[in-house]
Amino acid sequence: MSQASPSFLQTLRAHGLELCKAAVNTLQVNTGYLCNLACRHCHLEAGPSRSEVMSRSTMADVVACARRIPFETVDVTGGAPEMVPDIGALLGELAPLAPRRMFRTNLVALRENMGLLDTLASGGWNLAASLPAVSGSQVEAMRGHGVFEASLDMLRALNEAGYASGDGLELHLVANPAGAFLPPAQEAAQKHFQRELLRRHGVRFNSLFVFANMPLGRFKSWLERSGNLEGYTRSLRERFNPAVVPGLMCRTLVSVAWDGTLYDCDFNQAAQLPSSSVRHISELAAGQPGGDIPTGDHCFACTAGSGFT
Amino acid sequence: MSGYYDSDDLARFAEIGKDAPEMARKFFDYYATVFADGALSEREKSLIALAVAHAVQCPYCIEAYTRACLEKGSNLPEMTEAVHVANAIRGGAALVHGVQMRNIAEKISL
Ligand code: SF4
Repeated sequence: MSQASPSFLQTLRAHGLELCKAAVNTLQVNTGYLCNLACRHCHLEAGPSRSEVMSRSTMADVVACARRIPFETVDVTGGAPEMVPDIGALLGELAPLAPRRMFRTNLVALRENMGLLDTLASGGWNLAASLPAVSGSQVEAMRGHGVFEASLDMLRALNEAGYASGDGLELHLVANPAGAFLPPAQEAAQKHFQRELLRRHGVRFNSLFVFANMPLGRFKSWLERSGNLEGYTRSLRERFNPAVVPGLMCRTLVSVAWDGTLYDCDFNQAAQLPSSSVRHISELAAGQPGGDIPTGDHCFACTAGSGFT
Repeated sequence: MSGYYDSDDLARFAEIGKDAPEMARKFFDYYATVFADGALSEREKSLIALAVAHAVQCPYCIEAYTRACLEKGSNLPEMTEAVHVANAIRGGAALVHGVQMRNIAEKISL
């Protein structure tokens, strides 16, 4: 990136904007960086060689926090949360504590831990499943050989288990572009995914979220190696949309890492920018944290075009 | 050839309006209307544009619509098929003119 480019903070100020916390309604729980896949776009550099996973005592802090603060949504992510010891117990304890529950899966890890499906379905956990594309070659270029078919198998199993059947268990897909280019418009992409997945693979889902890849972690290393970093960050900056700033998820979410550290989002966790006020989940009280949200150039990925919330 | 085709020139397309702003404005308005969602989706229109870019062999359009197709959610198998459509029409157009060749040859041959 050229030295002359204004930082995210300078860009906000140039538009008369600031990024500060609003009323928090979502607790995101990152259970750690252990994962069965090592996707080339992973901003957390999660993978099979990572050993960081949430301990029982941090899980207890998370549950205690969810008991004292009435979150609207609890959102469990990773790595692959399916691989974390005691994940079933954590999901069971969190389920009664928030009206809306979301579990993020790469599908393949869930297929290897089918026992967890009962816990998820009976606890009313909605799923956000990553499927970067409807093209097998694009998915496998990002996630590894055999992942596309395994993901489709798991999606069909989820449909059979009642997900996306209209009975309340929601199945959302999350797609990221397979390279240094921006994502399609959400509505058009959803139509395309729905048509292709149903017609070719007999898979149903509720909705699709399309997100730009974050210039962080493994994706940033690839951007650097492939000579795409400057062009990619320029295209994010050029599409800066001030209208999406008030609705950015970091304003209403706290993200707790595997070790209990608090961040304003999962991306700030990857960038190692902890929350500016409260540092640990055990210290979080209702009404907190407030204050400014630390930002970096990765934030341009959240504000490009129609945004990333 | 490199002096004629420079990838950076693509971003300077709007400069074509410098000495004929009214015509450029009309062209770019029309262009934006053509590529907006309509009876065909933006994704489908980008695939058509990619195929036409190959038929007219414009390196700027090939670059622009390769990116546009990917950003609109198309993938390489779809984009490659679109290029084959362009090729089939180009190749078919040459071949079908072979009938003219045959007509003329018949006319002037004993
Ligand atoms: S990465 Fe996005 S969600 Fe996180 S702090 Fe920046 S703008 Fe907010």
